Amino acid sequence: MIPAAFAYHRASSVEDASQTLAQSGEDAKVLAGGHSLIPLMRLRLAQPSVLVDINGLERDLSYVRRDNGSVRIGALTRHYQIADSDEVKRSLPLLAEIANEVGDAQVRSMGTIGGVLAHADPAGDYGTLALMLDATVVTNKRSIPAHDFFVGLFTTPLAADELVTEVTFPAASGPHKYEKFRRRMSDWAIVGVGAQRMEDGSWRVGVTNAAPTPVRATAVEQALSQGASPADAAKQASQGLNPTADLRGSAEYKRHLAAVLTQRAIEGAS
Amino acid sequence: MAISQMVGARIHRREDPRLITGSGRYTEDLIQAGTLSMAVVRSPHAHARITGINATQAQAMPGVVAVLTAADFKPLLSGTHPVAPAFVAEKHTVPLRFPIAESEVAFQGEPVAVVVAENRKLASDAAAAVEVDYEPLSAVTDLLKALEPDSPKVQSNLVDNVGWDLTYAAEDTVKDAFAQAEVVVKERILQQRLAPTPIEPRVVRAEYSSFEDQLTLWMSTQNPHLIRLWVSGALGMPETKLRVISHDVGGGFGSKISPYPEDYLVAASAKMLKRPVRWVETRTESLQTTTHGRGQIFDVELAAKRDGTFQALKVVQYLDLGAYIGTWGAFQACACLMAGGAYKWPGGIAARTIGVLTNRVPTDPYRGAGRPEATHLIERMVDMLAAELNMDPAEIRRKNFIQASEFPFTNNFGLTYDSGNYEGALNKALQIVGYSELRQRQQQARQQGRYLGIGLSTWIEMCGFGPSAATVGATGGLGLTESAMVRVHPTGTAQIYVGSHAHGQGHETTFAQIAADTLGLPYESIEIHHGDTEHGPAFAFGTYGSRSLAVGGMAVHKASNKVVSKALKLAAHLLEASPDDVVFDQGRFHVKGNPGNAKTIGEIAFAAYGASLPEGEDHGLEAISYFDPPNFVWPFGAHVCVVEVDPATGGVDLQQYVAVDDCGTIINPLIVEGQLHGGIAQGIAQALFEEVAYDDESGQLMTGTLVDYLVPTANEIPTPVLDRTVTPSPSNPLGVKGIGEAGTIAASAAVINAIVDALRPFGIKHIDMPASPDRVWKEIQAAQGGAR
Repeated sequence: MIPAAFAYHRASSVEDASQTLAQSGEDAKVLAGGHSLIPLMRLRLAQPSVLVDINGLERDLSYVRRDNGSVRIGALTRHYQIADSDEVKRSLPLLAEIANEVGDAQVRSMGTIGGVLAHADPAGDYGTLALMLDATVVTNKRSIPAHDFFVGLFTTPLAADELVTEVTFPAASGPHKYEKFRRRMSDWAIVGVGAQRMEDGSWRVGVTNAAPTPVRATAVEQALSQGASPADAAKQASQGLNPTADLRGSAEYKRHLAAVLTQRAIEGAS
Repeated sequence: MAISQMVGARIHRREDPRLITGSGRYTEDLIQAGTLSMAVVRSPHAHARITGINATQAQAMPGVVAVLTAADFKPLLSGTHPVAPAFVAEKHTVPLRFPIAESEVAFQGEPVAVVVAENRKLASDAAAAVEVDYEPLSAVTDLLKALEPDSPKVQSNLVDNVGWDLTYAAEDTVKDAFAQAEVVVKERILQQRLAPTPIEPRVVRAEYSSFEDQLTLWMSTQNPHLIRLWVSGALGMPETKLRVISHDVGGGFGSKISPYPEDYLVAASAKMLKRPVRWVETRTESLQTTTHGRGQIFDVELAAKRDGTFQALKVVQYLDLGAYIGTWGAFQACACLMAGGAYKWPGGIAARTIGVLTNRVPTDPYRGAGRPEATHLIERMVDMLAAELNMDPAEIRRKNFIQASEFPFTNNFGLTYDSGNYEGALNKALQIVGYSELRQRQQQARQQGRYLGIGLSTWIEMCGFGPSAATVGATGGLGLTESAMVRVHPTGTAQIYVGSHAHGQGHETTFAQIAADTLGLPYESIEIHHGDTEHGPAFAFGTYGSRSLAVGGMAVHKASNKVVSKALKLAAHLLEASPDDVVFDQGRFHVKGNPGNAKTIGEIAFAAYGASLPEGEDHGLEAISYFDPPNFVWPFGAHVCVVEVDPATGGVDLQQYVAVDDCGTIINPLIVEGQLHGGIAQGIAQALFEEVAYDDESGQLMTGTLVDYLVPTANEIPTPVLDRTVTPSPSNPLGVKGIGEAGTIAASAAVINAIVDALRPFGIKHIDMPASPDRVWKEIQAAQGGAR
């Protein structure tokens, strides 16, 4: 529970953070909310040589902006700020719903959307929403479509000196629901399913924590577009999933859960 | 005799202001310059031979004072980890345990070396740099596999993994009853391993003074005096040379009773290095190396008549001991002796306990210890029989209860239940929950395809240990009593030193309530002190087994009465009357029939240190007492749990929880309710959430953080509806029983019975704990393979 020694650098700008990362090599880590990184460091499962703290960059990286058909969220925007944002509630209420169910109040006070995406934990709920809505992850170097961003377990195309600065979602205020199934309120989802009805009447559906990356349930979306009932469409939910058996359940159980939650998310969307 | 004013009063705990404003004093709060930190190098293997330890690099790291291994401790520490007889007088295989591994490790987390450094961070860094070479050996973590003849042995020098195999009553004794039984139900019931997880992990700080050859230990413990006994013995020091101080303790749940390797290692390091040394357990160390609870398998058979009358019971307990037998590891065998529960068994109870060594951390008592297991198994079997006979679970209980008129009642193992009204508690609980309406609601829900379940648990408990005569054999020579020392000062204030040691129980409040009424002094004038072997009575046993009030509180009462007896003589002298004519009422002494001319106890206290005492009387007003109860105390109650199960996800929605408990006379209802809230939460935690998991192949702990070891939070636990009946115990002057473990003893059975009741339409008869969503779903899938 005592981390290994590390150097600490408080970044003065995104540029400064990037340069420090470039100079520090592979062992450097960006510290945002720290709610995934610090527990790993305390267990010495992560032993970064340098921590680049970007918490001083809130002025540049913490915001919610409506930009025509998009909602732009600064990477350092914390969960509670997303959950409480009137703009998010108006333009993409599903995101506010998801943010409000991340961890507990302490986690929501510190954790950031950029941190969740960059960490690429398959249990991170935002990744599912980003993927299913075709969001764009913006970095200090480029824009990466969400479907190119989640490469594998904890793996993204981010370069060593690359920071997530923003995520841009399309606005969507139609019926929506996120079904997050877990044993304790503050736990990660055993499996989570998001459903969003778009302006054009089509559905977007995504599954959390049932594969090494978030999964877009395209087969479910297609079935719905062809007029299938939620129950029938949900039968397609296990396609493309590859859940891992762990203390929370067998792979079979998680596949089953994905179908149940998919049906409930679609039926419960409002 | 004073009229009770404070006993029974619902007052806030006087401990709370300091604890909730950050003014508590936990062991880790004692930061003193110059104190070194110890970090422990632990085995990553479940079973391995140590082939080499290279500390050269660690030794050279900044701030490192010493890297110590078994060889360094051998000259200072003698003896092995104590193993008490508890409920198994004769053990079979007892692996010897030195606090730090010498040549072989037998569980993941076993200490191999320690690093002592200037601070905790430097110690942790250096500990990571100690190189230990291991030759992995075959490990066994499954307790049934460990019993197979070709199983690996938990240590290479052992001939088997059988800690004990004790038959309390042979199968022969119930043979006839089973042969004549009209119906028999049988089941294998699992009790998963649990991690006690107190919010404050273990902490030990030691300081050695070579001037006085005196060692002082500050630590988070439930029993400072027993720690003094064990650690002074191991260090070869007289008890007088070791002082154990334990201020505030952030929970123990039984895991801070027994001595631990670190207690000895910190003490010996401080003596060796002649500098204060401190060790603070991390959360992962707590989950990995603090003793676990439960870890049992029961094979149970119940024989009955078709009208629901119980006849006989067979119980075999397999108890996972871990790699060494815990100091009180054999306590949990009491599950066998308590297996009959609140019922009569005319055909007898056959019981056998088998203690099994495995390559896991040792088990030891955990809140309830043996009694939750007993309640769970019998309450499950009773419901199983009710389902088999299509009887109402309440009705079958009523039919078999020991009746209120039958107390004192001696059970099949010779234990005497002191007092009770089991049916009274059940009826009250059913009335509060609206049982018959609930059953109707359940019928309606089933018709709508919803699965509502109602679970009962009519629990009983044996607690309040002593008596000395019954426990002297269990400890190996010391008879469990409890002590108190009352000192009344000239100004009429009192300090009371007690041997029991609160770690959340509120002794400073309840014991002062008892003393206020007994001494006739204002509650505010009485201070309760505990947790320092240097002050107060010479010996004490500490706080566990719901004994503090029924034994320790009665010592306060007894010592206070001694003071009052003396004060009465002094009062008689001052009133110029015969002691026989003086009465004590509401803190005032007066001659019978003349209450106007009275002396207060405060006035007597002042006079006790003056010059006008009766001839032959000593000065002063103080007394010391040890209370030795004549029997255990036997609380009981009835819990009702209502759940709805979602068959699609396996999720269990805990909708309602009603508990009617009887712990005899209540000193402070607020504290009783607090104990029940916490206890019920812990029982629900076992039923639905918590489970220590090891990888079967590697013996690695898989629940090493609180992300994976699921302690529920307030979000997951409904607020229980509490009520009570009051059936005083005849075993002590105030009629009190214990309530510290009651909630935990009762709750798991109520929850699981409710879940199984909900799932009856699927034909499910039993489900093991924790009833996690994936397990519930799996059971439903399996059952749906058959007829629905």
